[in-house]
Amino acid sequence: REAQLFVEKFEGALGKGKGKKFYAYKVMMTKKWMKFQRDFENFKTACIPWEMKIKEIESHFGSSVASYFIFLRWMYGINMILFGLTFGLVMVPEALMGKPYGSLPRKTVPRAEEASAMNFATLWDFSGFAQYSVLFYGYYNNQRTIGWLKFRMPLSYFLVGVGTIGYSFMIVIRTMARNANEEGGGDDTSFNFSWKMFTSWDYLIGNPETADNKFASITTSFKEAIVEEQESRKEENIHLTRFLRVLANFLALCTLAGSGYLIFFVVRRSQKFALEGLENYGWWERNEVNMVMSLLGMFCPTLFDVISSLENYHPRIALRWQLGRIFALFLGNLYTFIIALMDEINLKASYLLTFIIFNMHLEEEKIVKYNMTIWEASLYNGTIPENSTAPPIQVDPADVPRGPCWETMVGQEFVRLTVSDTMTTYITILIGDFLRAVFVRFFNYCWCWDLEYGFPSYSEFDISGNVLGLIFNQGMIWMGSFYAPCLPAINVFRLHTSMYLQCWAVMCCNVPQERVFKASRSNNFYMAMLLFILFLSTLPAVYTIVSIPPSFDCGPFSGKTRMFEVISETLEHDFPSWFGKVFGYASNPGLILPFILLMVLSIYYLNATSKSYKEANLELKKKLQSVRDSEL
Amino acid sequence: VYRLHGRYHEMAPNVVPMDYTKDPDVKLPMQLIINMPELKENPFRERIVESFSEDGEGSLSFNDFVDMFSVLSEMAPRELKAIYAFKIYDFNTDNFICKSDLEKTLNKLTREELTAEEITLVCEKVIEEADMDGDGKLGFADFENMISKAPDFLRYCFKKKI
Repeated sequence: REAQLFVEKFEGALGKGKGKKFYAYKVMMTKKWMKFQRDFENFKTACIPWEMKIKEIESHFGSSVASYFIFLRWMYGINMILFGLTFGLVMVPEALMGKPYGSLPRKTVPRAEEASAMNFATLWDFSGFAQYSVLFYGYYNNQRTIGWLKFRMPLSYFLVGVGTIGYSFMIVIRTMARNANEEGGGDDTSFNFSWKMFTSWDYLIGNPETADNKFASITTSFKEAIVEEQESRKEENIHLTRFLRVLANFLALCTLAGSGYLIFFVVRRSQKFALEGLENYGWWERNEVNMVMSLLGMFCPTLFDVISSLENYHPRIALRWQLGRIFALFLGNLYTFIIALMDEINLKASYLLTFIIFNMHLEEEKIVKYNMTIWEASLYNGTIPENSTAPPIQVDPADVPRGPCWETMVGQEFVRLTVSDTMTTYITILIGDFLRAVFVRFFNYCWCWDLEYGFPSYSEFDISGNVLGLIFNQGMIWMGSFYAPCLPAINVFRLHTSMYLQCWAVMCCNVPQERVFKASRSNNFYMAMLLFILFLSTLPAVYTIVSIPPSFDCGPFSGKTRMFEVISETLEHDFPSWFGKVFGYASNPGLILPFILLMVLSIYYLNATSKSYKEANLELKKKLQSVRDSEL
Repeated sequence: VYRLHGRYHEMAPNVVPMDYTKDPDVKLPMQLIINMPELKENPFRERIVESFSEDGEGSLSFNDFVDMFSVLSEMAPRELKAIYAFKIYDFNTDNFICKSDLEKTLNKLTREELTAEEITLVCEKVIEEADMDGDGKLGFADFENMISKAPDFLRYCFKKKI
């Protein structure tokens, strides 16, 4: 009754008074505007790719699993931009405006390889036609400008390479800063459970599937809140917990040391076998190193999992420890492997394997150059002209002897590594998750014990493994994209398919974890690891740009002594002379050192001010809380 | 109001007359109303219908029907919605939301996916958070106090369009 009277009164107010029509019109316009705003918000949300999928996963599996997919989506965005840069500024101009295939020796498949160049096996291995195309470093010509637009190819290549690294750094740091800001917001956590109970149902839902999702998400949200509550209520026997944690860390260190020693031992043994000739040994001895490394990679994380059950941490913190330990395992394995190899070759210098390749390459170059002069002489029928003023003889480019091109080789290795890594991941998902789920579901009827609760059961989604795989994969892309401009393209394709495959696999074959926990709102932990890997992977590329002379016979920098000389060359030719002078003054160390000092000081100052702001924030929050408490 | 009447009529065409001038006494049973598409997925649909029905049995006359949708619409003020929300969550209609009411609400929300100890934990926490006068159950004042601070209440609850 009250409701009816009230509504009547409200409508009556609309009808009375002057300016009735104008008021009605204004109300209608406001309503239309609000509807438009709502529709626009809906449209914007619909535009975010995969939003529905991720929300569905979040409602069934919790926000920690969903955070992996959000991370995947963010990586996809970065790779799209890198792909746009490399494709638009490097591959397309070369394809459109550069000299076509077959016109230059470096752009043609050599005569010796021509027969197999079009085979699928060769193409899958990225040799043959794939190698001599815009996909790899070696194809690009070192002409200063190409085409009628006078597009400066070498400069563009160099700048895109440096630009991808710079952009990646910038965006990772920007996301970290944004996450740190959000974390400081804080929210009112009084009435947490009451609000969950009374206000979580969305009364506008009319669709049964949406209702299912909503029920699942409410349940998950309750479970997360319960876990938080249980953790905060846990009574700790401090000494016992500390002892257990120290013990767990000690065990983890033992495992790491054990795996390092095992790798060292196995590499030594394989070198001993190699000395004695590989024919005497069976398959296991030949592939011992690979197998041991893969097995370690499979079993050690499970061991770490068991160890972490000793520690009794909050699940989110346990996940971080797990990630850190697996990371240390992979890095440690890699380093022991390299050290074991280098030790044998007797190179006590601390340069990486590229130094070895570099030495071999220099030797090879000398040999090829010598061969080329001899070959040219043979063209002129025995007479070696003092100064080559003779008219150039038409030679088919496929027949010219070619110099070694280490950049393309490195690029090829990275591409092959990425492809094989992708294949391994997909096959592991299909076999490990899908086949296992099929097996458990269908063989449960005719098996002695209950498969679903007992041994194999359905697998849980392995967050740490997947996140690390994603981060390492991105590291490889960053390392290799200078030498193979096609890598970001391949990675975009891989991330796209991986998103769909993993979303399907998660919904279809995995079960939610026992204890569902809320991912911390800041994904700074993932970002910090990504930053570290970014730094590590750009070191080799930067080193080669600065210290190693490019191959003389391939790539946009051939003929120069160092790759970065393209910058000085551009400054000389394309900019007015005063610019060159200014640049010369600016790159004087006397100016650069004080500049660096100034930046360090400003970083320190900004850090100090931000700390003081945070403290002021906390004080204000405490005051608010006490005022509110005293009000009640 | 015409649209509402149209909906009311289509639910039981042979019972509901088109002409209301003689003020007939027609009531629709609960089963028909629960199956309306707007309410079908709602876990609280029975409670909603019961709290608007005059006779407490769940049958709605046309006036009750109009009442229900007017409170559920966007134009109704917050206090009114809070009053009806309290009625809906109060399963045993004793004007207090006690622990068993909370348990029933929770079960409806999660479709009984939580274990018994989780349910007890949540109910205890709710009473601990919202009960101001310390009687172990939520009176209307406690409920009102808690809901008025909730940011999501107006966004999700009680917004229906016909």
